Amino acid sequence: MIETFASVSLPIDEKYKLTKQRIQNGTSKKRICVVTGIHGDELEGQYVAYQLQQKIREVYDQLDGIVDIYPCMNPLGMDSIQRKVPMFDLDMNRIFPGDEDGSMVEYLAYCIIQDIKGADLVIDIHASNAYLVELPQLRINELFKEKLVPMSKWVNANFVWIHSTSTILESTLGYCLNKLNTPTLVLEMGIGSRLTLEYGENSVQGLLNAMHQLGMLKNEYPVMEPIIGYDQEIRFLNAQCAGLFISEMEVNTPVKKGQVIGMIVDPLSGNKLCEVISDWDGLLFTIRKYPICNEGSLIGRILEGKQ
Amino acid sequence: MREKIVYELKSLYRDSFRIRGYEFGKGEDSICVIGSLRGNEVQQMYICSLLIERLKQLESQGYLTNTCKILVIPCANTYSLNLESRFWPSDGTDINRMFPGYNLGETTQRIADGLFERIKDCKYGVQLTSFYIPGHFSTHVRMMKTGFEDIEEAKHFGLSSIVVRSPRPYDTTTLNYNWQIWCCKAYSLYTKACEEIDEKTAKEAAEAILRFMYEKGIISYPVLGGYKSEIVDEDRMVSIKSSSGGFLKTLVDVDEQVFIGQTLAIIYDPYTHVELEKIISSQEGKVFFIHAKSMVYAHTSIVKIKRNI
Ligand SMILES: [Zn+2]
Repeated sequence: MIETFASVSLPIDEKYKLTKQRIQNGTSKKRICVVTGIHGDELEGQYVAYQLQQKIREVYDQLDGIVDIYPCMNPLGMDSIQRKVPMFDLDMNRIFPGDEDGSMVEYLAYCIIQDIKGADLVIDIHASNAYLVELPQLRINELFKEKLVPMSKWVNANFVWIHSTSTILESTLGYCLNKLNTPTLVLEMGIGSRLTLEYGENSVQGLLNAMHQLGMLKNEYPVMEPIIGYDQEIRFLNAQCAGLFISEMEVNTPVKKGQVIGMIVDPLSGNKLCEVISDWDGLLFTIRKYPICNEGSLIGRILEGKQ
Repeated sequence: MREKIVYELKSLYRDSFRIRGYEFGKGEDSICVIGSLRGNEVQQMYICSLLIERLKQLESQGYLTNTCKILVIPCANTYSLNLESRFWPSDGTDINRMFPGYNLGETTQRIADGLFERIKDCKYGVQLTSFYIPGHFSTHVRMMKTGFEDIEEAKHFGLSSIVVRSPRPYDTTTLNYNWQIWCCKAYSLYTKACEEIDEKTAKEAAEAILRFMYEKGIISYPVLGGYKSEIVDEDRMVSIKSSSGGFLKTLVDVDEQVFIGQTLAIIYDPYTHVELEKIISSQEGKVFFIHAKSMVYAHTSIVKIKRNI
């Protein structure tokens, strides 16, 4: 059943609506929520929202519980290919838990939290940004790791990044729901504005397994065991100069210390400007695909010591 | 006056990105005034330019000291201003969410680091800044309760209000917050406008900053006048919101006294000019903020009133 759970009037003839699909069967009150599209230019979750429903239809008879799918929390951003909420250039994932009496976007953030809180598991699917490909990874705040790390093994992610706490992240949906004792896994995968079907299929398999683990589905769904990594093992490659970044590297590739990851060139002068070299042995799990870079632009990330 | 390049970043095709600073006087870094960090902060940069104009005159007239150095940075984000984009053009990040910065990090972290390295040790920091919702403010000083704030000193600006609020999670990466952590007394100044110049309040702000400098002994030219500042906790601001969207006609201006039951604004149907909603004051007080666009959404603060006690 498709429901609108929040609605605010725009100036002319249009409502900013937040919608969800609820699939319910059996008697169990167990509830899993799949949330995506908080950033309007991240589309990987769109395929998951669709494909998960296709798969659930095949096993609907054995479903015991509630699946809520929230495919697009920032419809105006998605329509205009923008990460943020367009009119205010406001990052929705920096204003949770929102405010019932606040401005429009704060109010909508409040409605999202109210609708989701109390679920048995929430997956908030992000898709990097326009510049970088991410190997499917869960980002877990160390504050919540006792509860979330066991669940992180359910969802068929390649990698779990346990990061230190930072006050700026306290205004994300993931943090706020976890604070409200609603276990929430933040999945970051693929690249902005595109679909990576393989990652989407893996996530759907993981979500079905999570439903099995919660006792909502009888069938078993095999998943991969994620690599667990902490901040101190994560290494960043940043551009040393502005230019055109050229590389054929893909994520999920083991790299060696001294290995050339790519090069930065100047199309105007025709000169090579610098090579981007890994200083570590490890697993490349982020790589830049948008080739223009400024000094400092993120080129990639390596999980040191893991393959 | 000495003009210096505080930070420079080369680009592939654009001219280099530069942050220019203007120094006056000699001695220790006593005060830094910073204008636009966002690409739509036009008024903020304009105020700095007025300040530089005045400081040049005061310097030639011998009103600066040999113990206090003044630094004015009118703009730390020329790349965005030149494009009329609020945030960093290539990745949409906000330099004012990148402090204290990181010199090996991403581009805007490097810019924040380059800027902060130069300004973190000054005694007083004044940032001319703006709010994400478009609107007109009563000119005021804004401070966060970080535990390091010095509200008494803020009275030396002589502005009518000093608004004090608790920091929110995302504030911890702003310039103001990090200045305070580095033991600099930091103040944010808001004036009526942002994207366009409002001459009257620009002059008011430049004058307030000079008054502060005089009161702190940074310049010897007396700046008279000003208000006896009122300290206002943000909780005293009452927000009056729209419940419909449409064309907005505001009937009051900032700093105007309003009473309970007064119509502050009207929202009209954008097709037929039928009145949809009257925005009525629930409070007696002074208009502190007013929404400044012709079209409005529902659930939006139209007017904020500084409630009378
Ligand atoms: Zn995202």
